[in-house]
Amino acid sequence: MTDPSDTAEKGDTAGKGDTGAGAPPFLEVRDLRVRFTTDDGVVRAVDGMNFSLQRGQTLGIVGESGSGKSVTSLAIMGLHRRGRRVAIDGQILLDGEDLVTAPAARVRELRGRRMAMIFQDPLSSMHPQFTVGEQIVDAYQVHNKVSKAAARNRAAELLELVGIPEPRRRLDDYPHHFSGGMRQRAMIAMALSCDPELLIADEPTTALDVTVQAQILDLMRTLQKEFNSAIIIITHELGVVAEISHDVLVMYAGQVMEHGPVEQVFAAAEHPYTWGLLQSITRLDHQLETRLHTIPGTPPSLINVPPGCPFHPRCAYRDVAGPATGTVRPELALTGPGHRVACHLPVAERRRLFREKVTPTL
Amino acid sequence: MTRFIVGRLIGALVILWLVSIFAFALFFVIPKELGNNPAVLFAGRSPDPATIAGVTRKLGLDRSYVSQYWSFLRGVFAGRHFNSGSDRSWCPAPCLGYSFRNDQPVWSEIVDALPVTASLSIGAAVIFLGAGVSSGVYAAVRRGGWFDRLSAAVSLGGLSLPVYFTGLLLLLLVSYKWHIINNVHYVDFTHNPALWAWNLWPAWLVLSFLYTANYSRLTRASMIETLGEDFVRTARAKGLPERAVIGKHALRPAVTPIVTIFGLDLGVLFGGAILTEHTFGFRGLGAISIDAINTQDLPVTMGVTLFAAFFVIVANVLVDVAYAIIDPRVRPT
Repeated sequence: MTDPSDTAEKGDTAGKGDTGAGAPPFLEVRDLRVRFTTDDGVVRAVDGMNFSLQRGQTLGIVGESGSGKSVTSLAIMGLHRRGRRVAIDGQILLDGEDLVTAPAARVRELRGRRMAMIFQDPLSSMHPQFTVGEQIVDAYQVHNKVSKAAARNRAAELLELVGIPEPRRRLDDYPHHFSGGMRQRAMIAMALSCDPELLIADEPTTALDVTVQAQILDLMRTLQKEFNSAIIIITHELGVVAEISHDVLVMYAGQVMEHGPVEQVFAAAEHPYTWGLLQSITRLDHQLETRLHTIPGTPPSLINVPPGCPFHPRCAYRDVAGPATGTVRPELALTGPGHRVACHLPVAERRRLFREKVTPTL
Repeated sequence: MTRFIVGRLIGALVILWLVSIFAFALFFVIPKELGNNPAVLFAGRSPDPATIAGVTRKLGLDRSYVSQYWSFLRGVFAGRHFNSGSDRSWCPAPCLGYSFRNDQPVWSEIVDALPVTASLSIGAAVIFLGAGVSSGVYAAVRRGGWFDRLSAAVSLGGLSLPVYFTGLLLLLLVSYKWHIINNVHYVDFTHNPALWAWNLWPAWLVLSFLYTANYSRLTRASMIETLGEDFVRTARAKGLPERAVIGKHALRPAVTPIVTIFGLDLGVLFGGAILTEHTFGFRGLGAISIDAINTQDLPVTMGVTLFAAFFVIVANVLVDVAYAIIDPRVRPT
């Protein structure tokens, strides 16, 4: 309890605290820490993460590669191999049940049933030697004691649900017979087989071409309306977040930089790192001569995270923020309804900078 | 799928035919071109020119190579005559000629030796496939554990200790020290299955020790690679029990390359496990081919060579078919 981010707030006000109006969140992550012991040192892949998510809500987690997005999602799913090399601390409460301390067998039971995941590359994520039908049947039968025929019917239903034509015939196809978009649809069908209440999508559209991306996002949105599930979508594209998420959480070096409702964060971002991400979005309505904005420098090594604000070595405003930025880790503090920011810049100063310096460049 | 299999079979026949030409050239054309008349080998010790001439005529060595090869080929499929004036003999259908040494038909020598080699190979193959794959999988799953380290050490022994050492050691123990089996010899399976197995198990152990080591290492490497694949993570994400993740989703792609090697190894073993047969005194194809080579018995050497080639080629076709069954991506559509 020495960590400042821990005491930032009660935690349940995180995200869209207004949606549930007092109802406990379906997923709550409290002070999550994931450390990997390697030969080079301890990698602090996730270092004190807090957020919560209600049913029917979508949270977009963004950040550069290596910021801890995927590690977080694998931790929620219990897919890290715990042992000498991997240590997970904190709490992951799924409908009130702590997954960090739960026995592996219990987490396995929840996996695929109450929480499911879809992965970035549907080609490598599907088994090349089993038919699409076999793989969906597999997922369904682990958690449901039904006959093979019933499971097959369910699989065909699911393929139809995700918009695959002639689902019954396609059950016997192998993944390599499917196009990229269809494979991702099939992955989604597999993930949905047991009506999960939490769906984690790890860069679900990165490997797909643009038109297919839009279809897949559409599909996820439709399915969410139908099943009222909570969705976490991990991406490095803010465009995807803007399109599908209710909340957005910006990660950097395994820590939360900014978290809040999408409209709020896009319209009034308060963290210089978020500004950088917003500025680097490609805009078709801009003049072609304008150079794409980049954030100088590279993300830090997670073995040797800079002291203070982890972003300060790359921050254009570190001098404004004062010397504390290089020594004290900023608190993730509430600055508006459900909007939390971890930055040493004074609130008024951030808002002025965003208005005067950042907005004109967007 | 049928077309695929038929295609592979035709390919196999073509290869077998090429092998027969090559073997014929190796055993009958090249020696003669180098000045060694094969007839001299057949005629016995210090033969007189008349005998040599007779033998030459009988074996058809005076005719053109094409005509000799044709007679040989016809002999294999339809049988052939051997005549040298006075004695005229009919060699029935799969005719591979007669042994220079004891005048027995090569075919019957091979047919007699085959059950020995087959018993030895199949028994050993069952052991090394089972033990190699299971120990490899276990070592991969518990990577860095005590079993992994132990199996690495044992495998090193299996790979580096020659059969004529481990074989003699085992024979020494079972036969001379413990007197479990006195005088190891081959007993036909149809005659007495229990005695058959009882006499063969030391040879199976010795032969499979060598191969198990290899298969264990290969399976381990292949399994470790597969366990890192995205689709294994997907299987876990579905909530499948670890048993199913390993035994179903990871095992199948991991053993796919093993099938290829197994097919070829089995084909080679059927051609004769020379060292093991020799060590245990079994008269299998390996022992026959060694004897034939040592006594320059060309027809037998050639017959065994063709047989070994035949098994390797058959194994290859079976591997291709098995591959298509295991891995749908190579399946023709």
